[in-house]
Amino acid sequence: MSYKWNHVASLQRPEIKLESLKEDIKEYFKISGWEKKLQNAVYSELSVFPSPSHPAAPPEHLKEPLVYMRKAQGSWEKRILKSLNSMCTELSIPLARKRPVGEQKELLNKWNEMGTDEPDLSLFRPVYAPKDFLEVLINLRNPNYENGDSLSFRTHLGLIQVPLKVKDIPELKEFFVELGLTTGQLGIDDSTQVPPELFENEHVRIGQKVLAEQDSAAAQQYIRQGSPTALRAELWALILNISSQPEDILYYEQLKTNVIQHDLLVDSLIYKDVKLTASNDDYYFVFEDYLYQVLLCFSRDTSVLGHFAYNSASPPKSYIRGKLGLEEYAVFYPPNGVIPFHGFSMYVAPLCFLYHEPSKLYQIFREMYVRFFFRLHSISSHPSGIVSLCLLFETLLQTYLPQLFYHLREIGAQPLRISFKWMVRAFSGYLATDQLLLLWDRILGYNSLEILAVLAAAVFAFRAVNLMEVTSLAAAEAVLADLSTLKVMPLLQIFLFATVT
Amino acid sequence: MINWMSVQTIRNVFSVETGYRLSDDQIVNHFPNHYELTRKDLMVKNIKRYRKELEKEGSPLAEKDENGKYLYLDFVPVTYMLPADYNLFVEEFRKSPSSTWIMKPCGKAQGKGIFLINKLSQIKKWSRDSKTSSFVSQSTKEAYVISLYINNPLLIGGRKFDLRLYVLVSTYRPLRCYMYKLGFCRFCTVKYTPSTSELDNMFVHLTNVAIQKHGEDYNHIHGGKWTVNNLRLYLESTRGKEVTSKLFDEIHWIIVQSLKAVAPVMNNDKHCFECYGYDIIIDDKLKPWLIEVNASPSLTSSTANDRILKYNLINDTLNIAVPNGEIPDCKWNKSPPKEVLGNYEILYDEELAQGDGADRELRSRPGQSLGPKGGRSRDSGRTVLTTWK
Repeated sequence: MSYKWNHVASLQRPEIKLESLKEDIKEYFKISGWEKKLQNAVYSELSVFPSPSHPAAPPEHLKEPLVYMRKAQGSWEKRILKSLNSMCTELSIPLARKRPVGEQKELLNKWNEMGTDEPDLSLFRPVYAPKDFLEVLINLRNPNYENGDSLSFRTHLGLIQVPLKVKDIPELKEFFVELGLTTGQLGIDDSTQVPPELFENEHVRIGQKVLAEQDSAAAQQYIRQGSPTALRAELWALILNISSQPEDILYYEQLKTNVIQHDLLVDSLIYKDVKLTASNDDYYFVFEDYLYQVLLCFSRDTSVLGHFAYNSASPPKSYIRGKLGLEEYAVFYPPNGVIPFHGFSMYVAPLCFLYHEPSKLYQIFREMYVRFFFRLHSISSHPSGIVSLCLLFETLLQTYLPQLFYHLREIGAQPLRISFKWMVRAFSGYLATDQLLLLWDRILGYNSLEILAVLAAAVFAFRAVNLMEVTSLAAAEAVLADLSTLKVMPLLQIFLFATVT
Repeated sequence: MINWMSVQTIRNVFSVETGYRLSDDQIVNHFPNHYELTRKDLMVKNIKRYRKELEKEGSPLAEKDENGKYLYLDFVPVTYMLPADYNLFVEEFRKSPSSTWIMKPCGKAQGKGIFLINKLSQIKKWSRDSKTSSFVSQSTKEAYVISLYINNPLLIGGRKFDLRLYVLVSTYRPLRCYMYKLGFCRFCTVKYTPSTSELDNMFVHLTNVAIQKHGEDYNHIHGGKWTVNNLRLYLESTRGKEVTSKLFDEIHWIIVQSLKAVAPVMNNDKHCFECYGYDIIIDDKLKPWLIEVNASPSLTSSTANDRILKYNLINDTLNIAVPNGEIPDCKWNKSPPKEVLGNYEILYDEELAQGDGADRELRSRPGQSLGPKGGRSRDSGRTVLTTWK
């Protein structure tokens, strides 16, 4: 960074004219690359924060404008915290404790192979699983909305019964215009039968140019057509505006020190989750140790609390022992305010294919979480929130595959019961990794999670013939149990652009 | 009729004493002297011989660098036969006394009898002069090979792994071989450490599933295995496309070279085909090393995925060995049509390679389609066009 100070020093030289100062500074920003960095930073903020609202709106509105949603999220949080506290009391384990020096040393030695540790986790249960959360969503109601008892063609036959606005296929086609039939895609037009000169080579060349320019906005636009494998790690970092500065590495090391010094109850929940999910996964079992290194640090990262400004959820509060109710003794628990649930580690796992340096992996995951993943397990009206995604999924099925939808409903196999877990996990652990990464490319490119709902519907459309023949929920689950052979881009393209509606 | 035989049976069938003759409609799944490739000591011997021959001919393939190492044919770790080469080994050992070496019995498989040493005292009894030697030096049963242990393997997630690739050879002269696309990586369950205290811990160092299966952390769902495609995705994402393609090209290269090395001494019986299990280790500079070739690669399965893979492997192998599922006729030209390849890809077809110099049309994208590469030929007098030079 020394050149920066040189330039500042040069501004004090007599050649610098007051009249041209403004232009000179602008010029300086351009040539030093700082203009780009500032642009990227601003772009990043724009992508993350909601657009400015009414000046009189209170901060809760930024989190979630609809009162009934806020209330529902509040009660759900109370339930989770109650469950956590009772587990704590049952097992007589404190929520947090300082580790004795000997234990600290041991953990430091084992930092790179925590997976070999086999603590007794049999008494721990995940605080909640996606299906528990689904039940809450199913019971959501808008008290101001009167459905009327009479069924009409407008009646929504799915599980979600709140009136949120979701896109229909014409609107989705417009939103996802770059996925259209006439635009080249990675995931389709790079298959072995297609000569690379037709699309792939040029696409790679453009990708390299985008990286050279270090332009976040351009990268985001570019990645809508998919990212070449070799460029993906850098492109994602550029879009998320992550650059590994020394202070970032230092910050990660600080978090690591926190892990060494204090033991949290959630650590056991994390261990359990990793052992139950990623360790058994064909693709991700190799990275088990990285998952601990990321998630344990994540729990202690108070900078994550910042995202609660625009998250309908609020961090759980706990009290120092014996000081229940006294606000001076309230702490957020866990320090980052995020209680992991069953499958949480699967948000991190696919990233291990891209980043093998722990602090970079950590930064990328944290940014992905505070931009996207948090929406998948909090109750809100946001178009990318899980409630909207569920409603979008059900509406797409009911509108465009009514026969299938009706049939499944009749046999007691509401489609959302099957697809919910896919969407909550952003399909991690269900798709082959290369396909998952192509899907997540588009999440980044469109800055939206709606593609998850569209893909879920497309999967049902793809297996419709088999699904029409099943007669039970279990049989429907079986038809949709294995998604590992699916190719996501053709499915999406066909569903959006090639199905007769 | 296809006779699927064990190596034991093969020995009997082809042995001079039994006088058994295979009829024209019988084919068998081993070459009579497959051990030229599949015995650790003979494989090394044949490769060394092959390299010397190329050197004598002045072939560009045998080019060496300024340290005397072969540029293109250095793919087997330095290996000596014991007790025959004991003195040569000691000389080499003394050059780098902190190195680790791996002792492998010539005739065993599944990781049996393997151990690591880093001190001469640990292998005293193989010394030819040793009075305590309980060896009959001519006995091939007790023979060992000792190879330089690759102590800088490429690690993924901090773990060591090796590659198991299946290669089908339908004929050695002309050489026609196929690579199974669905090879896999076998990971050790325990974190890799080059520390000397862990030399005895076989779970750290040996990747054979037969051994890993008994480790505490062995997982029966994924079996500690990754597909080669996963490996490719990971390497391309973290290291870039060029170095990954180069690595895979090199892997194909060393397989073909190893087959070429034994082709002259192979009994190219027209009744035979063989599916080998190649074990390859990649070091942290992304250089592949050939560790060994197995004649009877395990066809048992340790996980559900495995079962499917092995089933398809056998299925595809037989489809190539016997055209159209008809009664085999060993006189056929052993050129199966493209459609029956299944998950196999042509790795090298000597006839095609010699046939036209401009055989580029079979190569569509780097690293994915194999095809006969460039003008590689048997006499190796022509310049070789490989993608990584």
